[in-house]
Amino acid sequence: MKKNIINYYSLRYIWDLIVILTLKEIKVKYKRNLLGFFWSILNPLLLTLVFIIAFKGVLKIHINNYLLFLITGLFPWQWVTNVILSAPNILLSNASIIKKIKFPYEILPLALTLSEGIHFLLSLLVLIIIGLFYNLKPSINWLWGIPLLLLAQGILIYGLALIISSINLFFRDLERIVQVFMTMLFYLTPILYDIKHIPQKYIIFFALNPFFGIIYEWRTLLLKGYLDIKIYILYLLYSLLIFIVGLKIFRKLSKKFAEAL
Amino acid sequence: MVKDYIITFENVTKWYPLYNVFSQGFKSFILNFKNSLQNLKKKKVVLNNISFSLEKGECLGILGRNGAGKSTLLGLIAGVLHPNKGKVKVKGKVLPLLELGAGFHPELTGRENIFLNATLLGMTKNKIKERIDDIIKFSELEDYIDQPLRTYSSGMITRLAFSISIFIDSDIILLDEILAVGDFRFQEKSFEKILELKEQGKTIIFVSHNPADIKKLCSKALWLENGKIKMFGNVEQVLESYVEML
Ligand SMILES: Nc1ncnc2c1ncn2[C@@H]1O[C@H](COP(=O)(O)OP(=O)(O)O)[C@@H](O)[C@H]1O
Ligand SMILES: [Mg+2]
Repeated sequence: MKKNIINYYSLRYIWDLIVILTLKEIKVKYKRNLLGFFWSILNPLLLTLVFIIAFKGVLKIHINNYLLFLITGLFPWQWVTNVILSAPNILLSNASIIKKIKFPYEILPLALTLSEGIHFLLSLLVLIIIGLFYNLKPSINWLWGIPLLLLAQGILIYGLALIISSINLFFRDLERIVQVFMTMLFYLTPILYDIKHIPQKYIIFFALNPFFGIIYEWRTLLLKGYLDIKIYILYLLYSLLIFIVGLKIFRKLSKKFAEAL
Repeated sequence: MVKDYIITFENVTKWYPLYNVFSQGFKSFILNFKNSLQNLKKKKVVLNNISFSLEKGECLGILGRNGAGKSTLLGLIAGVLHPNKGKVKVKGKVLPLLELGAGFHPELTGRENIFLNATLLGMTKNKIKERIDDIIKFSELEDYIDQPLRTYSSGMITRLAFSISIFIDSDIILLDEILAVGDFRFQEKSFEKILELKEQGKTIIFVSHNPADIKKLCSKALWLENGKIKMFGNVEQVLESYVEML
C-alpha cells in the first residue's frame, strides 16, 4: 500500500503537499488575530495558575517548584489535545475536496499534527524562558533529547489522529466520546502529579496509557536533564504500533470517504 | 485492431447504503431498533451493470435527470468512488473542476489559494511558480490577488478556480454542471478555453442541463436513466431522442 502511494505520487509532490497544508494550518491559526500565538500560550499558563491555586494553595500537594513541574507536563499535553480535539473534524472540514479529488488524504491529519507540533516547539521556547526565572537549568542532553521526544510524540499523535479522523466519518458519536475520553486521560496521565504518587500496585495500569511514558520523559528531560532510553524505546515502539494500526484503519476506510461525506 | 480506450467501464454497479447506523448516531438506532435493522440491509443502486468506453480526445456529454447518477459516474472516473461490482479503468491524470470555493480558504490571499488549490490538484510547487503569472492573468484578478479570499465576490472566486484548473496538467477533464456560474463574459471565455483544451487532445466529460452546450462541445453523449444507459453514441442522435423525451 505504501509502495503504491510512492509510485503513484512523486516524493517531491508528497513533500510539497505536506508543506503547503501545514503552512495553511499555521497561517489560518495566526492570521485571524495578531495575538494568536499569545492567546494559545496563555491558555496553558492560565491552567497552570489554576492548578497551582488548587493543588498547592488548597490541597497542599508536596512537589517542589510546582510551577515548573506543571508547565513541563501541561505544554506537551497541549499539543496532544490541540490535535486530538480537532481530529474528528479534519476530514469533515475538507469534504468538498475529498468528494472530488483523489489525493493522499493521510496528509490532512499529518498537516494538523505538524502545525500543532511547530506551535508546541515555539511554546517550548516560552516554557524555557519562563523556566529560567524559576531555576530551570538548561542541559546539553536537550539537544538530542528534545528531537527524540518530538518524534515519538508526533508519531503517537499522528497515529491517533488517523484513527479518530477516519472513524468519525462513519461513527459521528466518536467526537463526543473523544472529548470525554481526553478529559479522563488528562487526569490519568501524570501531568498534575508525579509518577511516584501513583500506588505501586496500580502503576502498571497507568503505564498502559501511551502518553504516560512520553509526559514522564519530557519532565525528566527538562527538569533533570536526562532521558531514560529504555522507557523511551518502549514508548516509541508503542507509538509506532498505534501509528501502523492507525494508517491501516485510515487506508481501509479511505475508499469510502467520498460517499460517507 | 484494438482501440486505445482512455476510460473503460466494465459491468459497473454502484450502490449507496440507504441507512447508516453509525453516522446517524447510536441513539436513533436504538430508538428505532426494529426499523433500523431492516433498513441496514437496504441499499440504493445508482448505477446498474453499466459498460461503455471512451477514446482519447473524445468529449462525452452526460444527460439524465436529477439523481440519475451523473455525479456518481464522474466520482468513479475521478477515483474518489469505487464500484461495488465491475471495473473502472482510467488511463491518465483526471482533473475534476471544483465547485465554487472548494479547496480554498477564505483567510488566505488569492495567491496563497492558487498554491494551495493547484497542489491539491496534483501540481508541484515549482510547476505552480512557472505558471502562476499566466493563471493570474487569465483570471483578470491582478489587482486583488494579494487580498484575502473572503473579500472576493463569488464571481471572482469562480474565475480564480477556473483559471487554476486550466493550467493544471491533465488528460481527462471532468465538468459537473460547472460552466453555468460566473458572469456571462467570463462564461464565454471559459467555454472558449474548454474548446481550446479539447483541440489540444484532452478528453472531456461534460455534465450539463443545457443540450445546446453539449452539442457545441461534445462528439458523443451518454444518457442515464434508472441506473442504466438509456442511450450512448453520436451526440446528435442521443440529443434528438433526449429532447423528444422532455
Ligand atoms: N454519498 C451518497 N450517499 C448516499 N446516497 C447518495 C450519495 N451520493 C448520491 N446519492 C444518491 O444517489 C443518487 C444519484 O446521485 P448523483 O450521482 O449525485 O446524481 P446526479 O448527479 O445525476 O444528480 C441520488 O439519488 C442520490 O440521492
Ligand atoms: Mg450531480
